This record gives sequence, C-alpha cells and structure tokens, in this order.
Amino acid sequence: MLRYEAIETIYPDLRDHIVVTIMGAVAAELYTAGHRPNFFYLEHAMGLASSMGLGIALAIPRHKVIVLDGDGSLLMNLGTLSTMARYKPGNLLHIVFDNESLLSVGGFPTATSTGTDLAGIARASGVPVVREANTLESLRESVQAALASNTLTTIISKVEAIGPKSFHMDLPLLENRFQFKRALEALQKQAEA
Amino acid sequence: MPVSVNNSRLIYEALKACDVRIVSALPETWLVHLIRMAEEDPEMTLVRLAKEEEGIGISAGAHLAGVNSALLMQNHGFFAAINPIVSLALLYKIPLLMIITHRGYWGEKDPWQTQGGLVTESLLRALNIPYFHLTKPEETQRRIKDAQTLSHASLHPVAVLLTRELMWEE
Repeated sequence: MLRYEAIETIYPDLRDHIVVTIMGAVAAELYTAGHRPNFFYLEHAMGLASSMGLGIALAIPRHKVIVLDGDGSLLMNLGTLSTMARYKPGNLLHIVFDNESLLSVGGFPTATSTGTDLAGIARASGVPVVREANTLESLRESVQAALASNTLTTIISKVEAIGPKSFHMDLPLLENRFQFKRALEALQKQAEA
Repeated sequence: MPVSVNNSRLIYEALKACDVRIVSALPETWLVHLIRMAEEDPEMTLVRLAKEEEGIGISAGAHLAGVNSALLMQNHGFFAAINPIVSLALLYKIPLLMIITHRGYWGEKDPWQTQGGLVTESLLRALNIPYFHLTKPEETQRRIKDAQTLSHASLHPVAVLLTRELMWEE
C-alpha cells in the first residue's frame, strides 16, 4: 500500500475533524490531498504529534482528534503510548504509517524493519483498541469504526517507503498555526450553537 | 516529608487563579503536594507524563484548543524537554507556563542535583526564556499571574523557578 493512496482513501473521513500530522512526507501528502484549516502539520519536534493530539483531545473532549504518525516518530516517543493509554480519550484516533524507514531524512531503516512490533507495543501499553490495517479497505473500515466507537484507537498501517518528490507546501508554519487555532475556535463555537 | 504544604497550596491557588485547566507533571520531591492537589481537584486535568518532552506537546495542543495549561517539572525535566521547547514552542510561537523546581540551587544538600542547578539559568538565558526565582510566599500569586500574562502576550515560554527557600521546611 502506498501512503499517499492510504491518505486519499481516508481523506473523506478526516476532512471535518481536527488532524495533527508529523513532518515531512506525511504532511506534504495530506496537504496535497487538500489542505483544510483544521489540519496542523508539526514540521519539527519529532515524536510529539501524538502528544499534541492528546493535549487537544483532553482540552476539547467533544471534538474528534486524529493524529497521523509514523514509525520513526513514534519510536522517538514511545512513552506517548503509555500516556495516551493512561487517559484513554475516546475522541482520539492515532494512525501510524509504518514504512520501516526514516524516509524523509534519507531512508535509513527503523527498528520496525528488524522486527519491532508497534501494534504489540501499543497493546502492551494499554491502548484499548489496536488494529493493524494493511490494505486500503481495512484502513478505511478501521478508521470509520474508530471514529464511531468513541474509544481510543491506534491503527498501524504498513506502507511502502515511497514519498512525494517534493515536501514543499505553500503554507508558512505560523500561518498554519494561527489558522489552525482559529479553526478550533470556530469548531467549538459551531458545536455550542 | 518537609515539603511545604502551605506554599504548595499557594502555588496551586495561583494556577487556579490563572484559569489553568490542564497540568502535566512528572513527580519530583518538591512537587508531591502540588501534584496531589491537581489530582484531587475535579476541575483540573492532570496528565502524568512518561517524559517531560510530551508535556510541551500537550501544552501546545491545549493552547491551540484555547485551554490554559501549566507544566510542573524539575530542572532536569526542563533539560529533557529542550528540543521541543525549541522546535515546537519557539518555532510555532506557543506560550508555555513552566513551573520548574530549581534543584541544585542555594541550600541544596543532594550532590547529584548540583550540576543541573548550575546550568539551569544559563540554559534559560540561552533560550531567551524569561524566568523568576520564587522565594517569598506573598509574591506567589502575583508572579505566577504575571508570568502567564507575559507568556500569552509574547506567545513565548516563561519559567517560574521554585526555590528551596519556598518549598522546603526544616
């Protein structure tokens, strides 16, 4: 499965929710699929997209938050799984694209290429629902089930180590940051109305 | 344990007066009462971290969602969080209210805390993070409120350093 196809497949399920992505290929591919003001691309601080998603999920429990993570990023912050599992926000969906590679920084293999099992780590950390979805159909079904369930879910999707030719996004970091904050305010006002 | 309950209570009340609703923390001796107060308060969400780095992400997320938060950590935890302070909070202009215990500072008896104590202020200065040493109970509320106000106005992290003078009774 190509990650770009995976993102396009689940895009209709993501588009109206709060989305936080990691840097590099994932950010560029979601941006290309169609930027929305409710999407935030964390272009540095590797590993912390899931922590940001947890912070948003705990702050505004009425809204669904989806984190698009990667194997390299998650391996840098494995403690995030135990912290998410500890508080189990039902409005948080954590999707990990595992291409077994640090693709955005030269393609060096990560530990998942030599057997580290992120789904197993997530389960053992206490994440209540962990699914492995390695086809477009199973990914879409898993995402829809997680969004309908109101249960903290981590989905691990194996994808090929292929990314976009360019990571360019016509969106300065601070524009994204202020636009995203405004979008979250608007979502909350809409929900209160 | 001679950690001051009264002064911990003053700090906690100052955080409440700042409308802080999410506190992330990693335990350390001086913070035990503060963490317990956060835990017992039904209006407060206490996030017990595995590592302080996570707290920067949680506070950034809370800020973007419009909720005030604070971080409770030891100075060594602040050291552990320096990368995301730079590559998330400073990069994206995220305000952080960091309440940091300054271990290894005046009066410290534990030799293992002393190296961290010596580098805390120079690291804060290197990061251009304003800080204030809290020593007097009567200043607690004003200084913590002022720290939060500056943080929000400047969209920048600020640090309130808790001292042995304030936190320890013997």
